[in-house]
Amino acid sequence: MAAPVASSEERPLADTARLRRHYAMRAVLGRVSLYLVAILAALACAVPFVWSTLTATKLNADLYNPNNNPFLYNKPPTADHVMFLFNNTAFTTFAWNTLWVGLLVVLITLVLGVPAAYSIARLNRPWSTPMGIAIFFVYLVPPSLLFLSLSRIVVAAGLQDSTWSLVLIYPTITVPVSTWLLIGFLKALPRDIEEQAMVDGYSRLGAMLHTILPLLFPGIVAVIVFAFTLTASEFIYALTFISPTQEKVVSTGVPTELIRGDVFFWQSLQAANIFVAVPIAFVFNLFLARFISGFTMGAVKG
Amino acid sequence: MAELVRDAPRRQELDGTRRRLADRDGFLAWIFLVPTVVYIIVLVAIPFFLAIAFAFSDVTAGNPSYDWVGLENFSRVFDDPVFWQALRNTFVFTAISMVLIVVFGKVLAMVLVADFRGKWLVRFLVLLPWTTPVALSSITWLWLLHSIYSPIDWVLRNVGLIEDNSYFLGKPALAMGSVIAVHVWRLVPLAAVIMMVGILSIPDDLIEASRIDGAGFWRRLFEITIPLTFPLIAVAALFGAIFTFTDMAVVYVLTGGGPTNSTHVLASWSFVRGIGGGDIGQGAVIALFLFPLLLAAAILILRSVRKMETI
Repeated sequence: MAAPVASSEERPLADTARLRRHYAMRAVLGRVSLYLVAILAALACAVPFVWSTLTATKLNADLYNPNNNPFLYNKPPTADHVMFLFNNTAFTTFAWNTLWVGLLVVLITLVLGVPAAYSIARLNRPWSTPMGIAIFFVYLVPPSLLFLSLSRIVVAAGLQDSTWSLVLIYPTITVPVSTWLLIGFLKALPRDIEEQAMVDGYSRLGAMLHTILPLLFPGIVAVIVFAFTLTASEFIYALTFISPTQEKVVSTGVPTELIRGDVFFWQSLQAANIFVAVPIAFVFNLFLARFISGFTMGAVKG
Repeated sequence: MAELVRDAPRRQELDGTRRRLADRDGFLAWIFLVPTVVYIIVLVAIPFFLAIAFAFSDVTAGNPSYDWVGLENFSRVFDDPVFWQALRNTFVFTAISMVLIVVFGKVLAMVLVADFRGKWLVRFLVLLPWTTPVALSSITWLWLLHSIYSPIDWVLRNVGLIEDNSYFLGKPALAMGSVIAVHVWRLVPLAAVIMMVGILSIPDDLIEASRIDGAGFWRRLFEITIPLTFPLIAVAALFGAIFTFTDMAVVYVLTGGGPTNSTHVLASWSFVRGIGGGDIGQGAVIALFLFPLLLAAAILILRSVRKMETI
């Protein structure tokens, strides 16, 4: 009688120890593979930029020798090509154009998008749902389908070869997607908020301005970042509408002006890439970190 | 809330008419929506129908007067083998990229939500391909795949895998592979961020419960994470597909459609004909072929989003 009792008490203990070891192994294995995948992913995404940075600071004699190790400086690094980019090319003009076009487009996007999203998400009209769907479909009409007819409209508006044509046209890309995003954010906010404010004596408009707008702030930040990135990356409209150097933006200016026929200013081209890529990614990343912490704290519920 | 109560009496003194208008939902709904609707009608809807009209016209950059020519543009476009090549390429590029974007995006999404040392740096590096203007990153790829100075060739040469350089952009098959690689590289971070939102919205206790029940990583992945986030995976896949399908910057900068027109896609071929060649009618016909698939994609996205909202 005594023996089976003892063994039945021992076995779970042994099992527990084995299981604990098993799970501990599993946890260690999980951590190791997580770091491995994270490092691999970072490398896969970032190696072209590292290579860009190396290239930008190499001497011609170092760069244009196919036998040199391309991942090392075989001759001392130089800042000449970076200086060339800033002093002898229109790069700063392109960057400035991208910046002000981006900011104006973001502003127009918010002025049109926030009220439209509020109207669709909150004001309960019979046409709210179909309108939401229609706006989503507009987002799916791509620039590559519209650029030919829009180029005629830009000519008719007298804006050809002017950066202002982009301020006019880019919101066609950013407004639909931003409205769509904001509808999502608005639906996540409880309706009681405005109703309470309206009970407290605010008009519908006042309730929206004083209670919903501050709460919508993460959504507005998302729209600002997303709209700016889309604007800075846009290529086909900028290429179609604008040909004078002074009016170009980074996305078309760098590939068309810094490459002349078969002559490539490779170092300066790579420097241009780094000077545009790093600041945008930096700002985007700040936003993403806040977005994630908002999620994990349960502030935004999907 | 205290502030609201304090403000309330002042609010009540507002001018009557303004007050009533600001309270009428129907009026507000219209006023809020009209600017956006007008803007979209003028600069999206009208150009869209204009594009269709151009497809049946002889409008050129030099002679913008409209004359109906029926299906002439269509027959001229169809007679050109480059169009069929571009159509095929568009579908091949999109299909292959979409699969790879979803697989890598899923892996990346799980890395991005995990907690580990240096995750800020990893996130920053991982986002670079998506946040960089595509024309600029394509230039970096142009240099990475250079016929003489490609570091990829240098590594392969030194390992002893190849004798001569690969000429990535000089051979049709390698050039197509290169275009797909750049698309995947660029869009995986976007897909990862979309899928990340899905993973973050799974309740923690569900994962905890399955962990306590002894479900390992793969089991949790295939039986909880993937089924629960399927709608967002679908959204990521379709967004990836749309971006690849309609993009022309990668092809334009990387290969210029070459070698011998073997890597053209609909968007870049439409640009070459419509803007480069000035034949807006033909360009419009080519671009029009983008639409049926986009419509299908839109309906698919919408259905998965609907499904998501009912969960």
